[in-house]
Amino acid sequence: MEEKNLICINCPLGCMLTVAMDGKKIVSVAGNTCRRGDTYARKELTNPTRIVTSTVRVLGGSESMVSVKTKEDIPKGKVLECVRALKDVVLPAPVKIGDVILEDAAGTGVSIVATKNVQ
Amino acid sequence: MNNYLSADIVIIGGGPAGLAAAVAAKKNGIDKILILERDRELGGILNQCIHNGFGLHTFKEELTGPEYAARFIEQVLDLDIEYKLNTMVMDISRDKVVTAMNREEGMFEVCAGAVILAMGCRERPRGALNIPGFRPAGIFSAGTAQRLVNMEGYLPGREVVILGSGDIGLIMARRMTLEGAKVKVVAELMPYSGGLKRNIVQCLDDYGIPLKLSHTVVDIKGKERLEGITLAEVDCKGKPIPGTEEFYSCDTLLLSVGLIPENELSAGMGVELNPVTSGPRVNESLETNIEGVFACGNVLHVHDLVDFVSEEAAAAGKNAAAYVRSEKETATTPFVRLTVGTGVRYTVPETICAERMGEHLTVRFRVGGVYKNCYVSVYFDGEMISRRKKAVVAPGEMEEIMLTKKQLMEYPDLREINVRIEEA
Amino acid sequence: MQEYEVIIIGAGVSGCAAARELSRYHVKVCVLEKEEDVCCGTSKANSGIVHAGYDAPVGSLKAQMNLRGNEMMEKLSEELDIPFVRNGSLVICRSEEDLPKLRKLYDRGIANGVKGLQILGREEVLAKEPNVTEEVYAALYAPTGGIVCPFELNIALAENAYANGAEFRFGTEVQEIRRLEEGYELVTDQGIFRAGFVVNAAGVYADRFHNMVSGRKIEITARRGDYCLLDKSAGNHVKSTVFTLPGKFGKGVLVAPTAHGNLILGPTAIDIEDKEGTNTTREGLDQVLEKVGMNARNLPMRQVITSFAGLRAHEKDDEFIIEELEDAPGFIDCAGIESPGLTSCPAVGKRIAGILRERMELTEKKDFISVRKGILKPVTLPKEERARLIKENPAYGNIICRCEMITEGEIIDAIRRPLGARSLDGVKRRTRAGMGRCQAGFCSPRVMEILAREWDMDIRDVTKSGGASRILAGTNKDIL
Repeated sequence: MEEKNLICINCPLGCMLTVAMDGKKIVSVAGNTCRRGDTYARKELTNPTRIVTSTVRVLGGSESMVSVKTKEDIPKGKVLECVRALKDVVLPAPVKIGDVILEDAAGTGVSIVATKNVQ
Repeated sequence: MNNYLSADIVIIGGGPAGLAAAVAAKKNGIDKILILERDRELGGILNQCIHNGFGLHTFKEELTGPEYAARFIEQVLDLDIEYKLNTMVMDISRDKVVTAMNREEGMFEVCAGAVILAMGCRERPRGALNIPGFRPAGIFSAGTAQRLVNMEGYLPGREVVILGSGDIGLIMARRMTLEGAKVKVVAELMPYSGGLKRNIVQCLDDYGIPLKLSHTVVDIKGKERLEGITLAEVDCKGKPIPGTEEFYSCDTLLLSVGLIPENELSAGMGVELNPVTSGPRVNESLETNIEGVFACGNVLHVHDLVDFVSEEAAAAGKNAAAYVRSEKETATTPFVRLTVGTGVRYTVPETICAERMGEHLTVRFRVGGVYKNCYVSVYFDGEMISRRKKAVVAPGEMEEIMLTKKQLMEYPDLREINVRIEEA
Repeated sequence: MQEYEVIIIGAGVSGCAAARELSRYHVKVCVLEKEEDVCCGTSKANSGIVHAGYDAPVGSLKAQMNLRGNEMMEKLSEELDIPFVRNGSLVICRSEEDLPKLRKLYDRGIANGVKGLQILGREEVLAKEPNVTEEVYAALYAPTGGIVCPFELNIALAENAYANGAEFRFGTEVQEIRRLEEGYELVTDQGIFRAGFVVNAAGVYADRFHNMVSGRKIEITARRGDYCLLDKSAGNHVKSTVFTLPGKFGKGVLVAPTAHGNLILGPTAIDIEDKEGTNTTREGLDQVLEKVGMNARNLPMRQVITSFAGLRAHEKDDEFIIEELEDAPGFIDCAGIESPGLTSCPAVGKRIAGILRERMELTEKKDFISVRKGILKPVTLPKEERARLIKENPAYGNIICRCEMITEGEIIDAIRRPLGARSLDGVKRRTRAGMGRCQAGFCSPRVMEILAREWDMDIRDVTKSGGASRILAGTNKDIL
């Protein structure tokens, strides 16, 4: 049995959570002041995910860069691969919020979309 | 000069505060509104805040900065509110004549019925901290670096040290890493970080970037380009402790060491500033000491959540509209002074005229330290009116209390409202 | 191999003043400067004070040059279109027992020829300067003291010299000087130069070049001065330059307005080994912050916007060496130019030109252009003229530096004029863009864009101050 510590990020309290794990299974969560802490600990230790935000070059637009994000969160371990996939992407203007820049980023099944309008 | 324009309300700044104020003013019946924005697009600082976390309160969704800005820009466009870009306001006279300049129109004046100050803030530079050492290339304020990376697509450097663990510093730690730089350490003068826990985890822990609390930069090496910096631990007074120095080689130093409301225009026209916030002193209508001049957003006091900026700005817009329509009675009842008690650094607003306030008034404040298990207590002339239990309050988290007109009406001779932190 | 009649080593105020004076004559002059621009050494990091002249020892060359330079500064500032203010100097005496020292300064000033010197009593001093220290007992008042912008002075001297035919080579470091039968050969990292006459105006490195040609060695010590600069909101904390009498706590620091309306505090006087050691230190800055209390009260220290250090070229005998070397004919030293070097530069320039005029039998040009126009500042124009200017040239309607209100038009002028800016610091020293309260946080990306466009270069090659001081490292994700 293993014990892992992590800080809950849901509110300014920042409860220090202590999670007992049996391999990859969560046995218990302690230290949380509310339900959200429990939920967070379980997710973060079994399947941590992140939203990834980045920027991509635009050609012929009023701006030279456009901000983008993954439409949903993706596995934490795939973040760098996801960002790398954007390296050589160049978008022609115009770009609208929600435009799909890249589908199935890093094989996660999640699209990367534009978060800014560029004329 | 033969360029005379006029507007009912002129808004200085087209960032989140200016946009929300404009929308509110329009929705409250004012037609001739003019937003003056110095950048090439509306949205202000949100344009370079490409990370998410904005809008949870306002839109019940988590948006990125540009997406949040777009929601308001859309409204400005839909409501046909006039704005000028690439336009720098040079001066505002006491009688609300705004002098501005841009390439196409040169210098021009706008006579304003009311002015809403929404200029935002600037970053504290290295010089203001008196960090000794050389002055090489490679030292940036975090916001300038953020602009270069997010708007222009350029990397300011490859091996980075960040001073300041407020959210901007933390966000840039992740941002630089995800663009290929190596962030070696984030140093923080205080014994606690001013940023969100979420950012500590997702910007530092995720990437194995160490956070050194109670540390600061004591030397800078490199004549032409930065070669490295020396960190040292500091004592409880913030003074470097001899013998704790540690050298980090790096080519980039990002400084996230404080935001200062940009009130040069305000001071120039005689607006009274509060030395604690460096922003204008305002009454319940967010009006400054000059009638018809309102303030909102970071220029009034530095915010953490853009949602609060939008709320505050909407109030300013609504009140400016009422002023223009001459709906606000000149106060006959004396105003009530808001004072700060233990633990509270300032309140916005600082005075309340009960007659002029709406049904509810949000009073925002910041505390001076981290308090756990405490009460936020409100006293009317020494009598406790309310107290709310808080598990934790911290300097990095703006707080609010709500006052009702009904409450104040029950105390017709009220002189002072004191907000303080009390032990539970 | 490039041949000139006179080569000047160093494009600081001394070298450029000499170049300007020489350009009055029919003579082929070249200034060799190791940095990328003029005004990169001591000339850019000092207090900008135009001293009255009571400090220098009586009968010294320093005193002579100080007085003459001070007298010449007004006319020069008009000819060169640079800011100069005769704001007066005060030397504060804080106790009765120090009064004799104050009188000595007064006497010395009189002997040196300083006009208008007075000793003021406490009440008179406080009436003039209410923010002076509470402990003021008396003060020496010198109405001829002034302040000048050292960058603009240096740049203007260079531009005017250039307009009159002097040449400049930047990024050119003299490595060796060899004596020839007639004249000298200078080996630089950009090739070989030859000249009949050499002017050694190399600041902290003047000893290096002197010792290459002369048997009588000299030693120049780099003496560092740390300074703090306060925001313009503190600029009228004092009107005159306020010094304190050197006392039991050593030499004090000064508190003075600058020609542009800031407030400057400093300097320290710390001798260092490294002639490139322009870094401030904790001890140095602390010294400044501690000592200023002796001059003035209620200093708004929260208004500090930057600090910097400059190195003075201190010669052990405390005197200027401006003469042709006995054992190296044709080699003119301009060495040991520490305070009052800035004040003296007009006179120093004339003295060097005078030496060469005699030796080389130079003839004066009939068409010497004595007037130089600085960068047009729209803010100085009346409204209608300004409106017309913007109509003709919209760049003057585009504000780039928000803190100092500098327009794109001014920055373009700074870049396009002869000896124009090639770096951020070059733009900064010519226009003040980046010198304001945000210290270039807002304007630097914009100035970089303008530099890249004007010089047709990749923005990644834009530097802070030439050489390896590139601002940017690459483009996003380039190494991912």
